[in-house]
Amino acid sequence: MPLAARMRIPLIHLFFWLFTIASLLPFLLVFMVSITDESSILQQGYALIPSKLNFAAYRFLFNDFSQIARSYGVTILVTLIGTVASVLITALFAYPLSRRDLPLRRTLSFLLFFTMLFSGGMVPWYITYVTMIGLKNTLLAMIIPNLLLSAFNVLLMRSFFAGTIPESVVESGTIDGASELTVFLKLVVPLSAPIMATIGLFNLLAYWNDWYNCMLFVDTPGLMNIQYLMTKTLNNVQFLIMKAETSSQAGELIASMPTETVRMALAMIGIAPLLVAYPFFQKYYISGITSGAVKG
Amino acid sequence: MAALSSTPITTATAASSRSRIFWKKVKKYRALLLMTLPGLAYLIMNNYIPMYGVILAFKDLNYVQGIWGSPWAGTGNFKFLFHSPDAYLITRNTILYNAAFIVVNLVLALLAALLVNEIKERAITRFYQSTFLLPHIISMVVVAYLVYSFLNVDSGLVNRQIAKWFGAGAISWYNEPAYWPYILVVVNAWKNVGYLAIIYFAAIIGIDKEYYEAATIDGASKWRQMTRITLPLIAPVIIVMTLLAISSIMRSDFGLFYQVPMNSGPLLPTTNTIDTYVYRAMIMRGDIGMSAAAGFYQSVVCFVLILGANLAVRRISKEDALF
Repeated sequence: MPLAARMRIPLIHLFFWLFTIASLLPFLLVFMVSITDESSILQQGYALIPSKLNFAAYRFLFNDFSQIARSYGVTILVTLIGTVASVLITALFAYPLSRRDLPLRRTLSFLLFFTMLFSGGMVPWYITYVTMIGLKNTLLAMIIPNLLLSAFNVLLMRSFFAGTIPESVVESGTIDGASELTVFLKLVVPLSAPIMATIGLFNLLAYWNDWYNCMLFVDTPGLMNIQYLMTKTLNNVQFLIMKAETSSQAGELIASMPTETVRMALAMIGIAPLLVAYPFFQKYYISGITSGAVKG
Repeated sequence: MAALSSTPITTATAASSRSRIFWKKVKKYRALLLMTLPGLAYLIMNNYIPMYGVILAFKDLNYVQGIWGSPWAGTGNFKFLFHSPDAYLITRNTILYNAAFIVVNLVLALLAALLVNEIKERAITRFYQSTFLLPHIISMVVVAYLVYSFLNVDSGLVNRQIAKWFGAGAISWYNEPAYWPYILVVVNAWKNVGYLAIIYFAAIIGIDKEYYEAATIDGASKWRQMTRITLPLIAPVIIVMTLLAISSIMRSDFGLFYQVPMNSGPLLPTTNTIDTYVYRAMIMRGDIGMSAAAGFYQSVVCFVLILGANLAVRRISKEDALF
């Protein structure tokens, strides 16, 4: 075999190892900085291999954990409520649209589809939520706007229902005298676990990662989610201690804060749950995007 | 005479019986129709009321008189927008960045998909897939931290370690707009290439293996198989994905252009896009009329582009068209 042919597979692996390193290296760097000694950073800058280990940044954060815990609480609560509500509302909308004999089906489909083509833009959207609905500084502001229902997910679920639920199942249910709702809950939903899980996972990630709604609609620290707390802290690391009771207390805290490493430690605390969970859900996520794309 | 008088009656009865049938159907399917109500209400609130709100772009909003009571501005907001240098700058940035993203991401994702297909051990391909999808699932806030760890002026990896290898001096990355077109293209590729590669890879796996077997028997090289079998057969997917990307060339990833440059003022000439401009005009300057006008301009151009892209997709492969 000529050299080029023998080298083909090793070269491909080399390419992917470079790809893999590029994907993972930034995370490693942030982690390493977070456990580096602050003074060695001042001397040598960030490094992939810390010259001196120090967990002071984590100690500093755990010392007053109330804001981080609070933000995590907001994120978890919003993610749980949002994911369940969005899967429910998506399924409730998608299932009737999958029934060919539904009256007004074309009208409803068009109303859904048109939202993918045209939008009023961010300004009227924002003003609608703030002035008409009054969502400013509420938990709902992180659940409802833009995240609760995506037309794309409805279409994905509709084609799943239309393609995998045999009409005979629905017919047999209705002939037995079951109401449409019973047929949906008892027959259709159990058959649709894969698509529910896929859409649920998409929505879960969207809620967990959201900072945009929080930035637009929330300005009280008590309601800030973890992503927005991270945003605020990246731009101004002192944001973490702004709520200290007195200015002298705050001054003391700033003096004692290992600023460079605290920032990265907060980033690690913010990413950790996703990084830990990723190996377990990546398989479902990958099959979710490919199943959505195969049609598209 | 008889024909003349009977026609309107029959059409009237036909119409009324049609509407009777319709209402009977509505009654029969009322449970299903009720199920759509929450979703419908949501679309009205989240999408249709704001669509009506585009009239803000033609108003001179003041909060005392409210949205409906405020005086009309005609096309004043648009005139003001398009006479400012910002309009050209944000349009240029949005389009050029998207064009670069489309080309760079397509080339890298196709390369990755074609190469990963050459690896026969499924466990290894799965490992590669999941590592290069990781950047796709994290938020832009986290990406901003990762970029900051490289580009921080005083202690970032680039200024303190990598610059040493090249004997270069420190660069104040967050104050130098000239570097950002490259930085943002790299960051965007880092975040999205894995995702696109997986979509293309799924399309490649779907190709019938018999084509390759026949080609191998005929002595076709791997390269020939790639260019003559794989690429032509996944071309519809490539074309559809690319046309969809082109149709949203006037939209930008807000997080990428706002979070990653850390909202730095000196970087605006190369990081300001239509979406960040609208946000800043509305939230920071409180200029509702002009930000609504910019948003309206974006929506209308997008709408036209989507219709055009769909027409193109229909021409190429009908079943892939959106509508």
